[in-house]
Amino acid sequence: MTLAPTARPSTVTSLKVRSGRLVELVLVVFAVAIVALAYVNVSIATEDRLPTDVWWHVGLFGVLPLALHVVLRWRARYADPLLLPIATLLNGLGLVMIHRIDVSQGLGPTDGVAARQLLWTGLAVAMAAVALVVVRDHRVLRRYTYTAMAIGFVLLLLPMLPVVGQEINGSRLWIRIGPFSLQPGELAKIALTVFFAGYLVTTRDALSLVGRRFLGLQLPRARDLGPILVAWGLSVLILVSQRDLGSSLLFFGLFVAVLYVATERTSWIVIGLSLFVAGAVLAWQLFSHVQQRVTLWLDPFAPGQSDQVAKGLMGLGHGGIFGTGLGEGYPYITYFPASDYVIASFGEELGMIGLFAMLLLYALLVERGLRTAIGAREGFGKLLAAGMAFTVALQVFVIVGGITRVIPLTGLTTPFLSAGGSSLLANWVIVALLLRISDHARRPVSERRLDPTTDRAHPTEVTP
Amino acid sequence: MNTPIRRLAVVVMLMFTALLLSTTWIQFVQAEDLRDLPGNRRTLIETYSRDRGAILVDGTAVARSERTDDELGWIRRYDQASRYAHLTGYFSFTYGAGPGLERAANAVLAGTDDSLFYQRVSDLFTGTPPSGASLELTIDPAVQAAAQEALGGRRGAAVALDPRTGAILAMVSSPSYDPNGLSSHQLAAVDRTFAELDEDPDRPLVNRAIGGDLYPPGSTYKLVVAAAALESGDYDPDSELEGGRTYTLPGSSTSLPNFGGAACDPEDRPTLAESVRISCNTSFAWLAGELGADALREQSEEFGFGQELAVPMPVTPSSYPESPDPAQVALTGIGQHEVRVTPLQVAMISAAIANGGSVMTPYVVQTVRDSDLEVIDETDPRELSRAVSPATAEALRDMMVSVVESGSGTAAALPGMSVAGKTGTAEYGTQGAAHGWFTGFAPADDPRIAVAVVVESATDDWSGETGGVVAAPIARAMFEAGAQR
Repeated sequence: MTLAPTARPSTVTSLKVRSGRLVELVLVVFAVAIVALAYVNVSIATEDRLPTDVWWHVGLFGVLPLALHVVLRWRARYADPLLLPIATLLNGLGLVMIHRIDVSQGLGPTDGVAARQLLWTGLAVAMAAVALVVVRDHRVLRRYTYTAMAIGFVLLLLPMLPVVGQEINGSRLWIRIGPFSLQPGELAKIALTVFFAGYLVTTRDALSLVGRRFLGLQLPRARDLGPILVAWGLSVLILVSQRDLGSSLLFFGLFVAVLYVATERTSWIVIGLSLFVAGAVLAWQLFSHVQQRVTLWLDPFAPGQSDQVAKGLMGLGHGGIFGTGLGEGYPYITYFPASDYVIASFGEELGMIGLFAMLLLYALLVERGLRTAIGAREGFGKLLAAGMAFTVALQVFVIVGGITRVIPLTGLTTPFLSAGGSSLLANWVIVALLLRISDHARRPVSERRLDPTTDRAHPTEVTP
Repeated sequence: MNTPIRRLAVVVMLMFTALLLSTTWIQFVQAEDLRDLPGNRRTLIETYSRDRGAILVDGTAVARSERTDDELGWIRRYDQASRYAHLTGYFSFTYGAGPGLERAANAVLAGTDDSLFYQRVSDLFTGTPPSGASLELTIDPAVQAAAQEALGGRRGAAVALDPRTGAILAMVSSPSYDPNGLSSHQLAAVDRTFAELDEDPDRPLVNRAIGGDLYPPGSTYKLVVAAAALESGDYDPDSELEGGRTYTLPGSSTSLPNFGGAACDPEDRPTLAESVRISCNTSFAWLAGELGADALREQSEEFGFGQELAVPMPVTPSSYPESPDPAQVALTGIGQHEVRVTPLQVAMISAAIANGGSVMTPYVVQTVRDSDLEVIDETDPRELSRAVSPATAEALRDMMVSVVESGSGTAAALPGMSVAGKTGTAEYGTQGAAHGWFTGFAPADDPRIAVAVVVESATDDWSGETGGVVAAPIARAMFEAGAQR
């Protein structure tokens, strides 16, 4: 990458590679400062005073990304320097908005949902640190391709089980273990990305090279259609059994994206999209709740139906270009203002400008993820990074697009912002894995590790 | 694998672009429409929970906002209950800003009007919570009180104008209601109150003075016919008209009698002045036929018929029928058939005559002041139209004086003051029920107040209400209160 080939072997000089850790530290401090400012802003707007224990609360939050920064210096010196600050900022803003909704319900900083979310943030960042320490090389994960598949499927199907499975708001997405409610689908996302990447990196040749050309498309052999049909079947199963359009769309989109990257064949996208359209039309015909979503999408203000979308739109409209200011709007009028509709809450109080900034943060996060995928030196890392980055993008698109009427509304959490532990956990682990892969990609050759999946000491696979 | 990753990046970019576009569409392009959607709780809370401007009559607040401890922070109070209900309207959390100034001047009262832009900007910097502007009305509390008390709860309306400016001195619609019952924060009670008012057959929520169902003007319309006759140049007050005991409507065998079947003149040829004084039906039906529908419509419009007025409450335009046949034209001459008026319009006819033929645009808001009591807006009197020449106006005034001195409107006479007026008894329905009208001004030689009063028939069949009996005394009470202004 940056090692200059030299003319004379006697004067080998290696260029100093910037790790970017200092940039990361500055940006993390900056992100925590913005979060602190937002927190103070909410208190002044809603209670007309500074929050009590503001240093304590901000410190509790700020120490988490700083600790992770230290772990990165120790274990992933060359990791991408933007991922951590962006995740920190989004997570922190999410905490502030959840707290702001708490205040409107008469809850304080210690007894509200925000306190629990902060606890989950701690857990999630700790999990990210553990992932970085334990997984010293992401290629190790390739060994667990089929284990990941099994874990992913089990996690996905868990909510359907009696006793542990729970139905909330008409979707069967949760499991309850003791005092904790978990959305295992969020974690399944990671396991399935690992599986897709590991599986496709080995089968990509068969899937991409064999087949006939038809109408300019390289069509796969019938027997190679197996995997995509299984993925499709699984997402339909989720749709039917859990009544969850969002995750069903997310899994299938993820699979098709990774499949496309692995095979470089547009035909897979065409096949995937046709299957999706077929599934969507079928679902629309079979299920009344899908039909409701579509009518609500086309006319959110029609009388006699749910006003969920309408209330979100009115919130966004109320915010206008500049927003009402944190703590000055009425986000609590909207349903689920801290979870599914958290982005509408931000749109109301921070306005179009604020929403643009947040969407650009997501875009930047995804872009760094995709850049990591391009920089990765072997297929597995590429697929894993591309898949992870794309899930974030797709998830943001599905939920924000649902709220702003680009597509019919389907319930999904907004990464890092929504109240909910499983989602935070999953997204921080995704960030940890992206950090890990980017560290590998950016590391100078001299410090490169050998491929742990092979015992031979040969140069790592290089993909053009 | 890098090419498909780059393509994936393009897809991601497109996805985010779609989100940016949809956000712009909602928060920039559609924001205003979304805010104005009915049932938008945010807008409702926003407009309700702020220091709304007061509505003042002669320095006293008849509608004001008061601090509360509940979520909304402010409540609207109407200190004189029903007296100004139709002027103020109501301001209800459930039903919004009701008819009246609360609705018509909502933007100014709420402080969102463009004229308050600079105050909003300075509020933003000084940190003052936004507040609305207050309205000082043109209403004379003495005339308003006199009118309301004289009406005494009977169905009807009374309007008083300053003929020189068009300023509305009184506007009473009866029966009235207490807007406090609708602005309360006891939402269940508000619902009950609203349902009761809404279902009341006497329709207390309707402002009869400017809206609702229009009234037939009856004989007060003879002023317009007489004006048209004088303006045509073919008639003067002494012109003799054809007016027997009955008048056979053209093209039919129906005959129109005079009131009580009496003769208007021993020789059946009453003059124009005499016809006005005793309110002769047959001569006016004949005169209308002579003048024609177009001349009458034109004269009506010069008095303000067909105008979409906003005082600032919207006034239902009064109307003269589109294309009446000759028999109907004759009937319009005595204010029947499909001539429809608001009491305000009738008051404007008298006011125009009092003001030398010039109709002034009626208005009820004198000054608008922001929360620092600085004047933002002041209404200047404006001529709406010229209805008749000063000579015609003078001739009409003399006829109207004779009506009160010795004609059908003696009940409006005041000692020591010359009063001009015209009575009317407008039949409606099929059983002879009639509304009593009176319109006029005082003092006749230096007019300060012009009024129109209508009292609806108490029953479905006629029970003796002529304008001279039921409406003239109310007008007298208003003159008494307002002529010395």
